[in-house]
Amino acid sequence: MEALRIAGQEFRSRLFLGTGKFSSNEMMRRAIEASGTELVTVAFKRVQLGETGDGMVESILAANVRLLPNTSGVRNAREAVLIAQLAREALETDWVKLEIHPDPRYLLPDPVETLKATEELAKLGFVVLPYCSADPVHCKQLEEAGAAAVMPLGSPIGTNQGLTTRSMLEIIIEQSRVPVIIDAGIGAPSQAAEAMEMGADAVLINTAIAVAGDPVQMAQAFREAVEAGRRAFEAGLPPVEKHAQATSPLTAFLTEGDRKS
Amino acid sequence: MTFYDVLAAHSWEDIRKAILQKTDRDVRRALAKSKRDLQDLMALLSPAAEPYLETMAQISHHLTLKRFGRTIQLYVPLYLSNECHNICTYCGFSFTNKISRKTLTPEEIREEARAIKQMGFEHILLVTGEAPAIVDFAYLKEALREVRPLFANISMEVQPLQTEEYRALLREGLYGVYIYQETYNEQRYPVYHVKGIKRNFRFRLETPDRLGQAGAYKIGLGVLLGLEDWRTDAWFMGLHLDYLRRMYWKTRFSISFPRLRPAHGVEVNGSTISDRELVQLITAFRLFDENVELVLSTREPAELRDHLIPLGITTMSAASRTQPGGYAAEKKELEQFEVADHRSPQEVAQQIEKQGYQPVWKDWDAHISLALEQ
Repeated sequence: MEALRIAGQEFRSRLFLGTGKFSSNEMMRRAIEASGTELVTVAFKRVQLGETGDGMVESILAANVRLLPNTSGVRNAREAVLIAQLAREALETDWVKLEIHPDPRYLLPDPVETLKATEELAKLGFVVLPYCSADPVHCKQLEEAGAAAVMPLGSPIGTNQGLTTRSMLEIIIEQSRVPVIIDAGIGAPSQAAEAMEMGADAVLINTAIAVAGDPVQMAQAFREAVEAGRRAFEAGLPPVEKHAQATSPLTAFLTEGDRKS
Repeated sequence: MTFYDVLAAHSWEDIRKAILQKTDRDVRRALAKSKRDLQDLMALLSPAAEPYLETMAQISHHLTLKRFGRTIQLYVPLYLSNECHNICTYCGFSFTNKISRKTLTPEEIREEARAIKQMGFEHILLVTGEAPAIVDFAYLKEALREVRPLFANISMEVQPLQTEEYRALLREGLYGVYIYQETYNEQRYPVYHVKGIKRNFRFRLETPDRLGQAGAYKIGLGVLLGLEDWRTDAWFMGLHLDYLRRMYWKTRFSISFPRLRPAHGVEVNGSTISDRELVQLITAFRLFDENVELVLSTREPAELRDHLIPLGITTMSAASRTQPGGYAAEKKELEQFEVADHRSPQEVAQQIEKQGYQPVWKDWDAHISLALEQ
């Protein structure tokens, strides 16, 4: 399978993981390992480093993956830029997953502030991966503002509804010059496979794994689904026939033997 | 317009009767929906919902798991002062109660903060009585500055303030404010609030509006269970929540479920809401709003708190001392109410883990609030 490249970094796994909602750091670490992921995002507001900390970051790093701090909790570009800078300093990475959701209930991304912050953070040398609405025009604007990838939502975060924004995602994938990572709402491995078959470059999963009956098994299931979906995409799926191949075609008269054309 | 206008359009008695008239069919309809409205909340709070308690608990559990995961956030209250110029019939701090009064000095605040920090907490709640002549805006601002360097997340439960004062405190790093209406029954409210600024029903009721306008990150609502009919009060709190989340869409909300506790000079006349009813209340709110934070304090005993963890609760206090200076030195005679869960933070955390949940000590960064527009 083709490797995924984001900002010069190569990823063999196209499954990214979120770290919220797990029952323990140990469970999270085991799920990360089972998933085969190489990129794991963590809310900077949850980070407690050192002796007084809760060991969350240490558990992630122990799994030997790249850490992607996110700005969850901020309401505007100004707060996001500040948190990204603090995260860069504390966690020694230029990578940031930009999340600006002023609505604390459904955590839907703010397009205006996200665009503003992407532009600013890119200028400051960050590798910016913005979480965004499944809006094709917005995704192009983010790309032009310097985003290293775009992360449109499949459906509202944490809902496990799958790709309810499918028709918009298809346009985003068709038009994008940067990797498209489907970020939110994927609730089952079959939905992750569907995203990959569509041509998404990667998916990010959190709730579906963290609150599964057995998160480790579920992480493994997602790993296989993402691989299967990607492999199918690369193999070239047969076209879906919208119309039946009629046994008595309407145009058959054109080729019938005794007819002069 | 404020919530006072919304409330004025409803009659307490009509709502109370409407709740009692909800039928089995109303409850089943509410249970079957994916988004529930105020009519559904009424059905879920009604006696007709009692046979469906287990179903409500199951739905509540799954909604909470989906939205908040297997986590419980922990916080601790820091009592700055037990001075209070209100006379309230249910509270140990009440002005006429003969208890020793104490307001922490900046040095004492630092001592308390250090003691709390050593217990592992990152989220704290600053609590006072209501004595604005002694504990005023300037004092609160100073207290906030004292504790800010030590904690990730600071909230307050103090007397109602003005919008501009809230705005100033938010700029100093304040995250949220808990302001309990105690009861939404305007006629009966003065019976419990005999004297002082708390007697002003409307000023208190409009406090969440002022907080929303000031841009608070979180507003905590609550009614004191044990005053008026709990079903009716809870429905009005739902009405308040529904109004607030439309008006102040950038603010998150929490609901607390304080049951009246014994305190010095206060008599509790039996339990006016049973454990069973408390479970109905908690799960009804989760079914009404899958995103709202549901808070449980140490007013409730350890065993009950443990059982409530998977039922929809997202946030718990632990090891609370309800008297000023209680962490650095124990002085029980100053307390607001008797806590019922006496376990240490580590014991509470271990129990949470035992039940398959992760205790979360830190879920905020103080810098976020400090980045507010100056």
